[in-house]
Amino acid sequence: MAISRADVEKVALLSRLRLSEAELDTMTTQLAQIVTYVDHLAEVDTEHVAPMAHAVEVHNVFRDDQVAVSLPREEALRNAPHRSEEGYLVPAVLGD
Amino acid sequence: MSSPYTTIIGLEVHVQLATASKLFCGCSTRFGAPPNAQTCPVCIGLPGALPVMNRKAFQLALKTAVALNCEIPEFTKWDRKQYYYPDLPKGYQISQYDLPMSQHGYFEIADPQGGHEPKRVRILRAHLEEDAGKSIHDEVAGKGDSLIDLNRTGTPLLEIVSEPDLRSSLEAKAFLTELRLLLTYIGVSDCNMQEGSLRVDANVNLHLATPQGKVATPIVEIKNMNSFRAVERALDYEAERQYRVWQETGQRLGDVPKQTRGWDDTAGVTRAQRSKEESSDYRYFPDPDLVPVITTVADVDAVRASLEEAPAALRLRIETAFGVSAYDANVIVNQGRELADYYLAVAKGCGDGKAAANWVTQDVMRVLKEREWTLDQLVDTRGITPEWIADLVKRATTSALTRGQARQVFDAKVREVSVAIHDTIEFTVDAIVAKLGIQQVDESELVSLCQELLAANPRTIADVRAGKLQAVGALIGQAKKKNPNADPNRVREICLDLIQSGSV
Amino acid sequence: MPLHELSATEQLRLLETGEVAAVELCQSYLDQISAHDGEVGAFLRVSSAAALEQAASIDTRRKKGEPLGKLAGLPVAVKDILCQRGELTTCASRMLADFRPPYDAGVIKRLRAADAVFIGRTNMDEFAMGGSTENSAVQPTRNPWDLARTPGGSSGGSAAAVAAAMAPLAIGTDTGGSIRQPAAFCGITGMKPTYGRVNRYGLIAFASSLDQIGPMGHTAEDVALLLEAIAGNDPRDSTSLDAPVPPYSKGIALPIKNLRIGVVREHFTEGLDADVEQAVRVAIEVCRSQGAKIVDISLPTGRHAVATYYVIAPCEASSNLARYDGAHYGYRTDEKAMLAELAAERQQAMTTGGQAAVDALDTPLVRMYRRSRAEGFGPEVKRRIMLGTYALSAGYYDAYYLKALKVRRLIREDYDRAFEQVDLIAGPVTPAPAFKLGEMVDDPLAMYLLDLYTVSANLAGIPAISLPCGLSTARLPIGLQLQGPPLSEELLLRAGHQFQQATEWHREKPILQPLIDADVR
Repeated sequence: MAISRADVEKVALLSRLRLSEAELDTMTTQLAQIVTYVDHLAEVDTEHVAPMAHAVEVHNVFRDDQVAVSLPREEALRNAPHRSEEGYLVPAVLGD
Repeated sequence: MSSPYTTIIGLEVHVQLATASKLFCGCSTRFGAPPNAQTCPVCIGLPGALPVMNRKAFQLALKTAVALNCEIPEFTKWDRKQYYYPDLPKGYQISQYDLPMSQHGYFEIADPQGGHEPKRVRILRAHLEEDAGKSIHDEVAGKGDSLIDLNRTGTPLLEIVSEPDLRSSLEAKAFLTELRLLLTYIGVSDCNMQEGSLRVDANVNLHLATPQGKVATPIVEIKNMNSFRAVERALDYEAERQYRVWQETGQRLGDVPKQTRGWDDTAGVTRAQRSKEESSDYRYFPDPDLVPVITTVADVDAVRASLEEAPAALRLRIETAFGVSAYDANVIVNQGRELADYYLAVAKGCGDGKAAANWVTQDVMRVLKEREWTLDQLVDTRGITPEWIADLVKRATTSALTRGQARQVFDAKVREVSVAIHDTIEFTVDAIVAKLGIQQVDESELVSLCQELLAANPRTIADVRAGKLQAVGALIGQAKKKNPNADPNRVREICLDLIQSGSV
Repeated sequence: MPLHELSATEQLRLLETGEVAAVELCQSYLDQISAHDGEVGAFLRVSSAAALEQAASIDTRRKKGEPLGKLAGLPVAVKDILCQRGELTTCASRMLADFRPPYDAGVIKRLRAADAVFIGRTNMDEFAMGGSTENSAVQPTRNPWDLARTPGGSSGGSAAAVAAAMAPLAIGTDTGGSIRQPAAFCGITGMKPTYGRVNRYGLIAFASSLDQIGPMGHTAEDVALLLEAIAGNDPRDSTSLDAPVPPYSKGIALPIKNLRIGVVREHFTEGLDADVEQAVRVAIEVCRSQGAKIVDISLPTGRHAVATYYVIAPCEASSNLARYDGAHYGYRTDEKAMLAELAAERQQAMTTGGQAAVDALDTPLVRMYRRSRAEGFGPEVKRRIMLGTYALSAGYYDAYYLKALKVRRLIREDYDRAFEQVDLIAGPVTPAPAFKLGEMVDDPLAMYLLDLYTVSANLAGIPAISLPCGLSTARLPIGLQLQGPPLSEELLLRAGHQFQQATEWHREKPILQPLIDADVR
């Protein structure tokens, strides 16, 4: 499937990336090449093949409902780029 | 029908499951902790941290699905629903997309129109997912930053989605009320709306009959309804609004993209919420960090076998097994599992389900309401246990005490007139009777009193035999004079018996 | 012979007998690092003081006769992708330049319990995306065999550290070849275990269903030693396997009877470097001479492996890396500058397009996300995020992601069929020896195509080992890959050890020469 510059712009927003005009150009060219290559997958007959999302067939792995000690707040917030004493601060979340 | 349209409603209910720890980590789910005091690398979504599923959360979800008559597929898996929001630290919510753990169920509610047949509401699916955190924005401060609290992040939620089978706000409310009752009865959630344990979104549109045939208006999703009352009001408002818009624009389903509107409870209106066009591209895909769950038929059978009685079944049992009126059975069951269990214990203790129903619905519930007590308070602070009530009911039914006297005893216990008694739990019926100076009148004593009175009043006997039953009334007054504890009703009954059986 | 020229297995013996102190060994490596890492650039951080302290404490405990772990006193270099409590863990990314996890990865815990000495953190391609270590936001790493060339990647720092004798053992991670390819380029031994054999808790994810932590060292014996210490289930990783861990290092010298080795028809085709082909064919002959039966086999879906991999890995990566958004940890853009920019754009929009144009601008929050991610990630990471987001977005999911998952199963089924006929599969690790730094940076697709021999094992979840099997005419190392069925690590290690008993390639050492040409840097 051909990938256009408009597609790339849309994907950049979905990915929350900001690309300069030059980066958009390069990205469009490179993604188009890669996608063209990947398109060859369409040749493979997968009619009755089940998708394989995991490398190993393990199932029903659970933990017991036991409360464990949480991180002290100070430790939880230590890596926050912007914070108050109580929590993470981010640019205003509006119109929820 | 007078309304020019039919309202079509589907509900999406998020229920917080009653686990001690979160869905994928050991952090507590307790409500009300200081912000960010209940987080760990897993629920903060720190690099490298991995989720491991809480067994109990899955079991509670399964139990609910079975109670909602859902099909339980053998294979289920978890998917990532991806979007950026600061209360979602991983950038995705772990949820279920194409292979939910349950689907195609139904749930019955009493017909709000009063019809005899219950109304069956189909359940599209119920799936297990994690909750997001909270963003707190200080509106007063205006432009500043928002504070993010991740305590709630990762709390287990069951999302229950109904088919659009509801036809009025009343039905929607009835559905939610009965659903909440069920979920609390089977112990999967406390369904506390104030604490966010139960949240409701609604999808609404209208069907209109036009000369060109049936027409549907665009579907609108309503959010931010924080009580059942709000749900009712929002749905009524929205139906009217959609009808107005239809009249103005003639827009039909498919003409415009699905809209999301928020309910403003103070203003009593729904308002359109801004949403970017790309926001609905969630890019779901199977979470590679979590493994699928296989549920066998035996697993489901085991859950079904251990499932607590549903409210609807209990109502029916109380009606049929105990001869209680549908109205009273409803009152008892709708109060919640605790009161229903209390009632069942009273009924068992006294052997008279009907009398037990009267006592519980009248006296017990009256006190709970007046004093704003919980059942626990009634039991713990006053010792009014089901066994104690059962004892009292037994005496009232065998006429050892009159209904009035029994109520006096009950009220005394509630007032805790325990001056001489230290341990209120030991505060027995006998002790109160003695304390209040209530004379228990023995049945044989009462019979001889009646015989005595009848012998002294042959006129009365004649009147009664002539069909003037009320003539007995004169004797009741005399009986009260001789023995103030004599139960007037019983005196009347005994006198009539004696006369009619010809023993006087 | 200087201590650092001995194998880890030999060093462990000397430590155990008390002939060598852990401090002495540690110092020997720290000296090597001081002498050579200025040029190689294998380490992002060297913990000299802490390592010596740890070594001293192990020596004390040994003197007291206290029980010690399996690796007691052996220095281990760790790829900067495993979380270590309170220590910087950066993934060689600007995004995590200041990140200090509040917890230990499962493998870090196991290494600690084994009394390994944490000597330093090694360089890598940013978030393990790449095959040259040039995508590190900090520095490139150079191949000790030729400083103008790449050590491979993404575990290039770990491979170069072992090759340059700056650590006897190293931890790498392998999502599509990131242990085996740098091991081959640097002339060392490296293993990607079965998916789930080593727990991933605390491994900063690139592509979760493919990522696997593995050991790197000079010999199969050394690798067995390290694998034994790090393998095993961790209840915090749902995908880790609950199978018992065999004593890999003990059974390694046991003879192998009736070994059947498959050689894949499709591996020897156009594009395979002549030196590599020659070396691998000779290596297979060595196996035959040791009694192995060589069987011609086919893995027909293998030719789609690279395409499959470059759909699945970016899809998972785009999701795994969504958490780096500047909100809760990691890099955040300069907010003042961002708000100033927004104000200017609003004014501009108001004059040109009115309120509608203003409304179309990114909100401060979206802007914070986009700028933080644009500034925090390098080009290769962005490319993969874009590719993955695209492949998962509405309308493309079935054609790319779902299709790739199905082809993935066919690839696995090819292996299942092959392993009915043979015990192991032998072949090249890479189509050519190490390339020059800068040679591939502008052609991502060409770079991806170099992964053709390694990605299949990740897709299928099977173990594979890379063993030195020759030197090119330019004196660059060449690797032999052995792949086995799930949980065949023991057999792979024994076969590797047996091969190394008959060959000397693993003893070849690079001659580290100071950089003369300043412009190579």
